[in-house]
Amino acid sequence: MAAILLASCAKQKPGSEFVVKIGSVAPLTGPQSHLGKDNDNGVRLAAEEINASGLVIGGKKTRIEVLSEDDQADPRTATIVAQKLVDEGVNGVVGHFNSGTSIPASRIYSDAGIPQISPSATATTYTGQGFETTFRVVTNDRQQGEALAKFAVGTLHARTIAIIDDRTAYGQGIADEFEKDAKAEGAALVAHEFTSDHATDFTAILTSIKGKNPDLIFYGGMDAQAGPMMKQMRNLGMKMAFLGADGSKSPEFIKLAGASAEGAYASAPGLPLDKMPGGKAFVERFTAKYGKIQLYSPYSFDATMALVNAMKQAGSTDPSRYLPALSKIKMDGVTGPISFDSKGDIMHGAVTLYQVRNGSWIALP
Amino acid sequence: MDTFLQQLINGIVLGSIYSLVALGYTLVYGIMGLINFAHGDIVMVGAMVTLTVTRLLANSGLPGPLILGIGVLTAIPACMAVGYLVERIAYRPLRNAPRLAPLITAIGVSILLQNLAMMLWGREYLSFPQILPAQTMAVGGASISTIQLVIVASSCIMMAGLSWLIRKTRLGNAMRATAQNPEVATLMGVNVNTIISITFVLGSALAATAGMMVSAYYGIAHYDMGFILGLKAFTAAVLGGIGNIEGAMLGGLLLGVIESMGAGYLGTLTGGIMGSNYQDVFAFFVLILVLVFRPSGLLGERVGERP
Repeated sequence: MAAILLASCAKQKPGSEFVVKIGSVAPLTGPQSHLGKDNDNGVRLAAEEINASGLVIGGKKTRIEVLSEDDQADPRTATIVAQKLVDEGVNGVVGHFNSGTSIPASRIYSDAGIPQISPSATATTYTGQGFETTFRVVTNDRQQGEALAKFAVGTLHARTIAIIDDRTAYGQGIADEFEKDAKAEGAALVAHEFTSDHATDFTAILTSIKGKNPDLIFYGGMDAQAGPMMKQMRNLGMKMAFLGADGSKSPEFIKLAGASAEGAYASAPGLPLDKMPGGKAFVERFTAKYGKIQLYSPYSFDATMALVNAMKQAGSTDPSRYLPALSKIKMDGVTGPISFDSKGDIMHGAVTLYQVRNGSWIALP
Repeated sequence: MDTFLQQLINGIVLGSIYSLVALGYTLVYGIMGLINFAHGDIVMVGAMVTLTVTRLLANSGLPGPLILGIGVLTAIPACMAVGYLVERIAYRPLRNAPRLAPLITAIGVSILLQNLAMMLWGREYLSFPQILPAQTMAVGGASISTIQLVIVASSCIMMAGLSWLIRKTRLGNAMRATAQNPEVATLMGVNVNTIISITFVLGSALAATAGMMVSAYYGIAHYDMGFILGLKAFTAAVLGGIGNIEGAMLGGLLLGVIESMGAGYLGTLTGGIMGSNYQDVFAFFVLILVLVFRPSGLLGERVGERP
């Protein structure tokens, strides 16, 4: 029987393969391009591995084609590339990278009925819009903000806190969640300052915070700002604790902050790479092809796998036919078990806290 | 009081960088009435070249200030060359074209330089090696770091040098003559093309120094850093009176201090209604206010439109 199947496969011409298009959207240029490329590589690795092992959906031999788009981390560009992907007839989308881009794009995918799984958008509003096609494989900011506040007040014993955010959907979202939860834990907020996701000069706001001398500074934003911010903080002689969220927790942060990075804290959704069920094997496969993992490539890998598994279960690549299978999916991914709640959020999302020690991020117990 | 002093120092440091860049805008505008929008990107080239050289030498065992010196001495000729080429290729053929044409070309050159830098140095933020000691001096409760001193001192020296060059030398005479009336200057034996080239080269040298300062101070450089910086410096030049050398210096310093103070005190002054998110709004508000009462800037003179 197997021999017959193999023989029939062999007879099939390579050109007659069925193609399923998966869109991968992230900022591939600009300050966050290293993170965006990381996500894109996760999708590509998944597609290559699936193609190499042979994919059959609904009895038809199928090949995955990845369509990568650059949204420049810009909400307006995000809607343009989302529409472009819809017009090109993608079967599913992994992305976008940022919350600020995933949210406006989700309406376009929802209107077209195309499932979208973000590997990294953590803002609570992303899945709170009531779209059936919107999913994420990463812990959201409400859960993360709560864990960060518990850590700041409970573990680090911070009584007074200053917050800086970059006024993006992500930065402001996580900062607001943190502020709310930290106040609930009993800490006093002494300042809430603002910057932008293109800023490099933080001396003015840091000086103003310095005058209020808080126990801890929390930054809601990305590593390209967090790194220089930490450096400028130490140059100003500010010795208080620095806490960031997942956007700050990258090797890039340490590179940019240099020696000043030592002792910084940050959280990240999910488990540390070496504690992920499939982490070790993933690191080997990924680094062999693309080099160092930045942040979310294991998640974009899992998001791609979830889309393809749902297609396999439904026996169809038609978005309307495999969407029900996707919302009920249960699979073991690299990052842990993948299944979604009624909103499209990942179930049992974990949060881990890290500290920079001797020039690298170490997971705190 | 400590905080106030510290914000003032921050502002002066930021302002002296703005001043250097603003001088580049003002020099070119004064001589040929062109707003060179690619000037900010020449600052970026200066930052990138300094960064590359510094990275190469970071582990050579040479003392930090020397490495930074070598870096900026490499960046200055590199930027001078870029400035010269930009003028020669993009602006000179349009010397007698309608005013809008060179303006559009300037924006084109800016995009071109950014994309070339992206290809050469990549898209990520590049970190500047910590080569200067991070030690700070305490002055009346505020702290001043070595790099801040270097920035203010070298920018003062460069500005003084430029003033001397414009006021006291034959070259300066020729530049002022060209600014007043290119045709008459030609009749007096001034080679206007050479003077314009020299102006661009001078502005680019200042830009290279500013690029070194920005990247060493903030510890970071990337390919599109020139855009916002250029815009701020242009604002500073307009604030002081575009075309006026002292105006650019004053405008730069003023804008730096206003921004610093705005970010530091806006929240307290307005009772939390406007926070540091209005930092830039505040700076532009001051600009508009100045332009309402002095349309040609703080030190600018009212001049008739050029024929």
